[in-house]
Amino acid sequence: MSILVLAEYHDGQLSAATAQVVAAAQQISQADGGEIHVLVAGEAVSAEAAARLDGVRKVRVADHAVYAHQLAEPLSALLVDLAGEYTHVLAAASTTGKNVLPRLAALKDVSQISEIIGVESDDTFKRPIYAGNAIATVQSADPLKVITVRATAFDAVAEGNSAPIEAVDTVVENAQSTFVKEALAASDRPELSAARVVISGGRGMGSGENFTLLDGIADKLGAAIGASRAAVDAGFVPNDMQVGQTGKIVAPELYIAVGISGAIQHLAGMKDSKVIVAINKDEEAPIFQVADYGLVADLFEALPELESKLSGPS
Amino acid sequence: MKILVAVKRVIDYNVKIRVKPDHSDVDLTNVKMALNPFCEIAVEEAVRLKERGVASEVVAVTVGPKAAQEQLRTALALGADRAVHVQTDERVESLAVAKLLAKVVEEEQPGLTILGKQAIDSDNNQVGQMLAALTGLPQGTFASEVVIENDKAQVTREIDGGLQTVELTLPAIVTTDLRLNEPRYAKLPDIMKAKKKPLAVTTPADLGVEIQSRVTLLKVESPAERQGGIKVGSVDELVDKLKNEAKVL
Ligand SMILES: Cc1cc2nc3c(=O)[nH]c(=O)nc-3n(C[C@H](O)[C@H](O)[C@H](O)COP(=O)(O)OP(=O)(O)OC[C@H]3O[C@@H](n4cnc5c(N)ncnc54)[C@H](O)[C@@H]3O)c2cc1C
Ligand SMILES: Nc1ncnc2c1ncn2[C@@H]1O[C@H](COP(=O)(O)O)[C@@H](O)[C@H]1O
Repeated sequence: MSILVLAEYHDGQLSAATAQVVAAAQQISQADGGEIHVLVAGEAVSAEAAARLDGVRKVRVADHAVYAHQLAEPLSALLVDLAGEYTHVLAAASTTGKNVLPRLAALKDVSQISEIIGVESDDTFKRPIYAGNAIATVQSADPLKVITVRATAFDAVAEGNSAPIEAVDTVVENAQSTFVKEALAASDRPELSAARVVISGGRGMGSGENFTLLDGIADKLGAAIGASRAAVDAGFVPNDMQVGQTGKIVAPELYIAVGISGAIQHLAGMKDSKVIVAINKDEEAPIFQVADYGLVADLFEALPELESKLSGPS
Repeated sequence: MKILVAVKRVIDYNVKIRVKPDHSDVDLTNVKMALNPFCEIAVEEAVRLKERGVASEVVAVTVGPKAAQEQLRTALALGADRAVHVQTDERVESLAVAKLLAKVVEEEQPGLTILGKQAIDSDNNQVGQMLAALTGLPQGTFASEVVIENDKAQVTREIDGGLQTVELTLPAIVTTDLRLNEPRYAKLPDIMKAKKKPLAVTTPADLGVEIQSRVTLLKVESPAERQGGIKVGSVDELVDKLKNEAKVL
């Protein structure tokens, strides 16, 4: 039996998460020996990048205006149409995956397993609950398993493949929801959830302008910039920068938390980072309990000094 | 227009839970419980729409044990007009919750149903989307702004890349994100008044929904604890450690 992976695109580029979701699919198919297909749905999207992913047997492309903005109503209807051929449907636990997959699951009268971090067998998975303070092992008895995958928990498959690409003609109606507009953050920096280094600022940054103190360091390290909820709520930075239980999950090689206290909701989004650095003027801040290297200092002094002492591209 | 708000009783967000020694589940004995923060935002949004004259009535609904009536009372104190309690002591999975809520939607015929985007216990983020599927309604998930105009809802959604605005025909389902509003605190007189507001109790059997379990919880474990590291004395030491010890620079 086969597995369908919903590909995800950002600005016309295949999102890094898709290769990680295919890796999760491979672990599932190891248990049951099935094929992995990738579904690319959108308008004038290219399927080439998805076809290069190792382990993919076939890329199916639904190219139509109705799928243009990956709205949940048409996309879930498309998936319902295809799901009969599969035992598993997987997507990244991104805002797109989370929007669409539960809708598919309910339409197929099956449960949806959210944000898995481990594959035990083709029906048994590990997932974090309670802000990552417990890990549940769950077994699904549903004939169709609908699953979102925490991409950072899986190592991306390599790209050496050239899987066949095949068109899907299904066109669904959608009179219920209309795309109005999008305000996307434009940035030359790496994608937050895929960056090798992330530097995040919290309420301690004091203002949006002060976030520029992180820019020079991020330039030198090739880092993405993140934030705590408090920094987003205060209007310092936009919502797409929030790291945490209810924001983005990151697991970079190096995570630098600046002016962040370390609430459990924030830790839930970054504690799987390989090396954690915390800069905070309060030596009692809980962030130090998870930091490999803690620097008790005023960030307004420490950041300029850190920037000057890093060697880097700029 | 009537607004239905689905609320869930969960652990207080400040509580760090512990896993039971037998790994069967997390230990919730004597743990402080509260209204799920995203549901609080949902109630607040509904009440504001009523205050602005967009909505005429706000109905809060929950699925859960008797004790969940505390959270319905909180919703009533925050401004909901009446409450519906679907009472059950069973573990109810998201799909079954969505089926029960769909029955309530069928009975109440709300113009808008607002849910939280995520319950902070199960971290599922799925009931709203499932409810939309079962009722055949459009969904505006992770909302940071909701504008009702000309029988349509314009919903601005917090997405990974930034913000997306969609227009939905009404009735519709909306799930809340953190920036939608800042919930008020219930004042003492409102808490007193809430005790007298109507609260109807029903059961899954009354609603004709059979609660099935499709997902078995095999085991619950504590995550691997991070070993706390060291404090460095200066930026120089930090850079040195990152280069030569951690080798990440
Ligand atoms: C439902 C829900 C969901 C949530 N989801 C998330 C989430 O996804 N992500 C998230 O991050 N939070 C989330 N939170 C919020 C979380 O509980 C905390 O409130 C938040 O993480 C605090 O952000 P902070 O650390 O920036 O602010 P604070 O806790 O206020 O900490 C600021 C820190 O900055 C330090 N500081 C101040 N000035 C300086 C200076 N000059 N130099 C150095 N240090 C300084 C202080 O010592 C302090 O430790 C959520 C909460 C709820 C209820
Ligand atoms: N037992 C329940 N009773 C009422 N509403 C619920 C229940 N469980 C979940 N919900 C609603 O669905 C939202 C998302 O929950 P979940 O999909 O479980 O993360 C919550 O914020 C509630 O609005």
